[in-house]
Amino acid sequence: MLSKRIIPCLDVRDGKTTKGIRFQNNIEIGDPVEMARYYYEQGADELVFYDITASNERRKIMIDVVRGVAENIFIPFSVGGGIRSLEDIRAVLLAGAEKVSVNSAAIRNPSIISDGAKAFGSQCIVLGMDVKSVPLSARIPSGYEMVIDGGRVFTGLDALDWAKEAERLGAGEICLNSIDADGTQKGYELNLTALISENVGIPVIASGGAGNIEHIYDVLTKGKADAALVASIVHYGSVSIKDIKSNLQDRHVKVRSRW
Amino acid sequence: MIAIVDYKAGNLTSVERAVRYLGYDCRITGIPVDVSLADRIIFPGVGAAGKAVKDLKELGLDQVLKEQFEQGKPILGICLGAQIILERSEEDEAFCLGLIPGVAKRFPPDLSNPALEKIKIPHMGWNSLHILQPHPVLRDTGTEDEFYFVHSYYPSPAGPEHIIATSRHGIEFPAVLGSSNLVAVQFHPEKSGRPGLKLLDNFCRWDGR
Repeated sequence: MLSKRIIPCLDVRDGKTTKGIRFQNNIEIGDPVEMARYYYEQGADELVFYDITASNERRKIMIDVVRGVAENIFIPFSVGGGIRSLEDIRAVLLAGAEKVSVNSAAIRNPSIISDGAKAFGSQCIVLGMDVKSVPLSARIPSGYEMVIDGGRVFTGLDALDWAKEAERLGAGEICLNSIDADGTQKGYELNLTALISENVGIPVIASGGAGNIEHIYDVLTKGKADAALVASIVHYGSVSIKDIKSNLQDRHVKVRSRW
Repeated sequence: MIAIVDYKAGNLTSVERAVRYLGYDCRITGIPVDVSLADRIIFPGVGAAGKAVKDLKELGLDQVLKEQFEQGKPILGICLGAQIILERSEEDEAFCLGLIPGVAKRFPPDLSNPALEKIKIPHMGWNSLHILQPHPVLRDTGTEDEFYFVHSYYPSPAGPEHIIATSRHGIEFPAVLGSSNLVAVQFHPEKSGRPGLKLLDNFCRWDGR
């Protein structure tokens, strides 16, 4: 039986992580390769990198980061942020990432999903979804709307419809981020996560809102998520990946316990 | 030198990086003579069976793999490489290499796990092995070790003697196959952390017997 995955997420700007991890000896490390190694050793099942570099020229630095990570860790990792074309996808995969995630670019141009899946296989195309809760309407029957540009722009797309459409186009996995829950540390959006996960046939990674282990347990059970994305909760040392996994294992959630 | 067979089926750099990390000399190559001169062969692959077999034939690699298999050289198939060593695949109804009798099958629809959750296809993520026969490549591998899988089809050898280990995703399916000097794994050892590196290292030391 498949294990539920715990996936740390690292934001990278100009080749450095925006939030370092504070180790016990109080040295803060902002090097994404070092952080990747750290989480790999700690038992992370996969890693997600988001490139939030603003300028296009500096984005090439990210390819060096990907290469450095690939040489040092031997678990899958995905790269998102600024992926707009097949060429962007190819560069990231050749540098050693297992998957790429497409978000706004897929809404503007859905064929990037089908073209990417055709060229490189569905297994490496992750659909990143940023979602906000809205009143039910004929246009948004699920009550969840796709947003882009960090949640500032509403697209008029229903989140459930878009998830199904992306699956049909060839996405191999969904990384589902609730903009409402993101940063609150008050728990994942369980209703949204269960709604999407139960209505698509591809794995769903829940993102946004993890503040404690209970939240992670909830999203993997009630929320029906296949994996949980974690950021602040592990970066700031309140809990370790190991703590999360032993807690889940004690409560009969199957996780990878040896690495 | 270890030849990593390149037949345009996916990105092979992660296999190369893992083998280099372990300290072995390897080369990604699609040239038949390189493959026949290598000490051992890794046969990876991601993608669809039909196109993969067609590309193998165009590059003249199908014959070389058959010859090297018959000559006793250690060969490791990975992922799609564990499927197209069989006779046939349900994917594209492709006729494959036939190194081991059997068929690659698609996971049946509407499976559920013991927690009664719907089983998703592809089988993507970490799963453990149920080892049926000891094999040098699985030395020091235990039931707690997990490996990273990504696939919608699974290899189904005709005879139980070729099933080294199984895994479970809605159904029990063969995850490691073996036939004399050929061993093949449905998962990605190059992406499976320490247990995966251990398996690769075991393969790189194996004499094929």
